Amino acid sequence: MAELERHDNRLGIWGWLGGGRWGVERYAYILHRLTGLGILLYFLMHIVVTSLRARGIYLWVEGGFFHRPIFKLGEFLVFAAFAYHALNGVRLVLVELGFAVGRPIDPVYPYKTSLNVQRPLLIAMMILAAIFLAAGGYEFLGLAK
Amino acid sequence: MPESAKTVREISFHVTRYNPENDRAPYIKTYTVPVHEGMTVLDGLHYIKENLDPSLAWRYSCRMGVCGSCGMLLNGHPTLACNTQILHIANADLTVAPLPNFEIIRDLVPDLAIMFDKHRSLKPYVVRTDEAEINDPAGEFYQSPEDLEAYLQYTYCIKCACCMAACPTLATDARYLGPMPLAAAQRYNEDTRDDGRRERNRQTGRAYGAFRCHYAGECSRACPKGVDPAKAIQHLKRRLVLDYLHLSRRKKPCAKLHGPGQGKPLPNIPAAPAKTA
Repeated sequence: MAELERHDNRLGIWGWLGGGRWGVERYAYILHRLTGLGILLYFLMHIVVTSLRARGIYLWVEGGFFHRPIFKLGEFLVFAAFAYHALNGVRLVLVELGFAVGRPIDPVYPYKTSLNVQRPLLIAMMILAAIFLAAGGYEFLGLAK
Repeated sequence: MPESAKTVREISFHVTRYNPENDRAPYIKTYTVPVHEGMTVLDGLHYIKENLDPSLAWRYSCRMGVCGSCGMLLNGHPTLACNTQILHIANADLTVAPLPNFEIIRDLVPDLAIMFDKHRSLKPYVVRTDEAEINDPAGEFYQSPEDLEAYLQYTYCIKCACCMAACPTLATDARYLGPMPLAAAQRYNEDTRDDGRRERNRQTGRAYGAFRCHYAGECSRACPKGVDPAKAIQHLKRRLVLDYLHLSRRKKPCAKLHGPGQGKPLPNIPAAPAKTA
């Protein structure tokens, strides 16, 4: 009998970004990936910009291209991405080494999962990230002057 | 539908349809279903098949959340159709779709073969290598209640694939082993009768194994049996790291008992009286 065609129902990127009733850890997962990609993009751009020095182009000097206000905001976004990625990364390292997820339990409805156990750690890290962001915003966006 | 049941509301079921013989892509067809108190989504699908459209296909068996056959995407959430009451999740509309991250065979029937292939590749059974054990199958393994608790939660898995459909990593990486097979691997790794952890590590420690999980937690949220695959995977990673660094204690798998009195007695239990005959 000939094999019937099947429809591939893989969600792809939409699996990260859409559908389902999400929990806070799912949003943390998405933001971790997006900030990771953002920091990678920044590093690539950073290499390009600094390599221009070899051609005698200095874009970051006083009055140069990168002294426009939009780049100040960009700089702050890079800092924000870094702060979030680093602090959420600390949580993930702890969780992925089996800390803060609890021991196996007898599942009794309504089920409590390891997500409930590690939530205080997530909240603590997000509070720390918010403090870093506030301090960074104060400095980067020129409020300190 | 039982005659005594009173219709509470009419709900529009937006059901994904796909027949590979006629359709190039899935499409959505809407059916209006009279719903009464206590009616499950599975009952609703039966109503459609019996009264509105006999060509609708889906997979089910036990109707009581035990067999794991009727996993579906209900209002965007992967869960069991037999375990979900319509009035608990829908006011007027209910979308019913096949579990994503699998190929669709027809309508609401996903092809779960790829999940079972991954499951099988992790040797989801007790592995013993000692000659004496293989040659002498008589007797029972000794396992304490504490030993049992280390993996009991993971034994409740019914292989419904809801966790696989919920996993965002699996959505973009088809090679990733996924929550169900990895939780099954951890279930046997923690079993004191088993001696196959290092064999399984060769699979679970690879690039598409446990470390591909980044703890989005959707598998544990979706699991209809409270198995918590995310927790199993994190403990599996811990064990992989300890094994890689040669920091885990090498324990022999538990031995067999060949008669009464060979087990470790529990504390505070008085000794049995002397034999009188």
